[in-house]
Amino acid sequence: MINVPLWDILQFLLLAARWTLLLSAIAFVGGGIGALVLLLLRYGQPRYGVRLVHLYVELLQGTPLLLQLFLVFFGLPLLGVDVSPILAAGVALTLYASAFLAEIWRGCVDAVPRGQWDASASLGMNFLLQMRYIILPQSFRIAIPPTVGFLVQLLKSTALASIVGFAELTKAGQIVTNATFQPFLVYGLVALIYFAMCFPLTFCARLLERKLMRAR
Amino acid sequence: MGYQFDFGALASYLTLFLKGAGVTLALTAIAATIGIALSIGGAATARWGLKWARALVAAYVELIRNTPFIVQLFFIFFGLPALGLKMTALQAAILAMTINLTAYAIEIVRAGIEAVPPGQREAGFALGLKPVSVFVYVILPQAIANVYPALVSQIIITMLESAVVSQIAVTDLTHVADFIQSRTYRAFETYFVITLAYLGMAVGLRWLMTRAGRRLFAGRLR
Repeated sequence: MINVPLWDILQFLLLAARWTLLLSAIAFVGGGIGALVLLLLRYGQPRYGVRLVHLYVELLQGTPLLLQLFLVFFGLPLLGVDVSPILAAGVALTLYASAFLAEIWRGCVDAVPRGQWDASASLGMNFLLQMRYIILPQSFRIAIPPTVGFLVQLLKSTALASIVGFAELTKAGQIVTNATFQPFLVYGLVALIYFAMCFPLTFCARLLERKLMRAR
Repeated sequence: MGYQFDFGALASYLTLFLKGAGVTLALTAIAATIGIALSIGGAATARWGLKWARALVAAYVELIRNTPFIVQLFFIFFGLPALGLKMTALQAAILAMTINLTAYAIEIVRAGIEAVPPGQREAGFALGLKPVSVFVYVILPQAIANVYPALVSQIIITMLESAVVSQIAVTDLTHVADFIQSRTYRAFETYFVITLAYLGMAVGLRWLMTRAGRRLFAGRLR
């Protein structure tokens, strides 16, 4: 057994945690943009957009993220794309996040009273103007708490990227365990680092939700 | 595109595939049964328990809900043996899934209990029922009926997340996929079919449990 000081283990894990945060950020930004497009498709003109978005969300919420990851990892090369682990993980998590965010934000858009649509339409606004100036600003406020809550889920989901060989926090834990033979300590630390990243977000989401409830 | 899809190569693995699906469903069923039972106790404790017991339940729920399932699984399977708690991969998978599901279900059941009007509890006491009877016969059925759809969703999420247990060599559906693709070199086709199988299982399970719920909670389901 190699004797590695606790401080060195912790440092290695914390450095890897940066990649977890980066991957979460990529997936969140990409997923957010994707969800916005889905939202426009959902409420926009061709009516089959509703069904299309529904199907997309069902597909991604009804299958394991791990297999979505594998499909991207083994599927992209068939299209002639050279996949690195971060690309595969980034693409898969972006698709995953877009489906969940689209579903969350749909609820928030639906919460805007029908009269707002009618009133803005009667002012001669087209769909994009309605969305931009009337509907989205109003849904934005109620969307914040559940979106922050989803961020926790997304951050935890990045752990699966370790399986396709992306060296984020969980993978770093595996590497350190293989070197030190101290799985109890290392996985305990890994769990605590995830907790330290997720719990503040959970706490924030809860606080924001309470604030919103009081404002109503 | 020079790649020729070949789904036919998978046909000879049908038995293996069915076995894997069976393992995934069995794992889910066991975790769901034990997890829901434990979560009822946990939710009751969170609602009426002593102060230290409430704090313990709250700590457990927060700890599990803020860490990834795969880390919990690795901690149980690789970490706990260091303390002398040795177990097979299958046992570790069941334990991890149960612990995970319980934490989420406690929150759900607790919300269900809180949604039962206080008059129900008082009426139970007025009829001379013991506190335990009030909980089991008056509050609990209504509480579960209140949140039944959320519980169903959580069980399905647990089933989908259980794909990860293939990583500690439990021979579930995903592990079967890993095996087939290593034999046939048809990775994309294999994972595509298995993904659809998960989708089918999720849809089927939801349909079945929704129907069962209509029977169990006739008229109570919201």
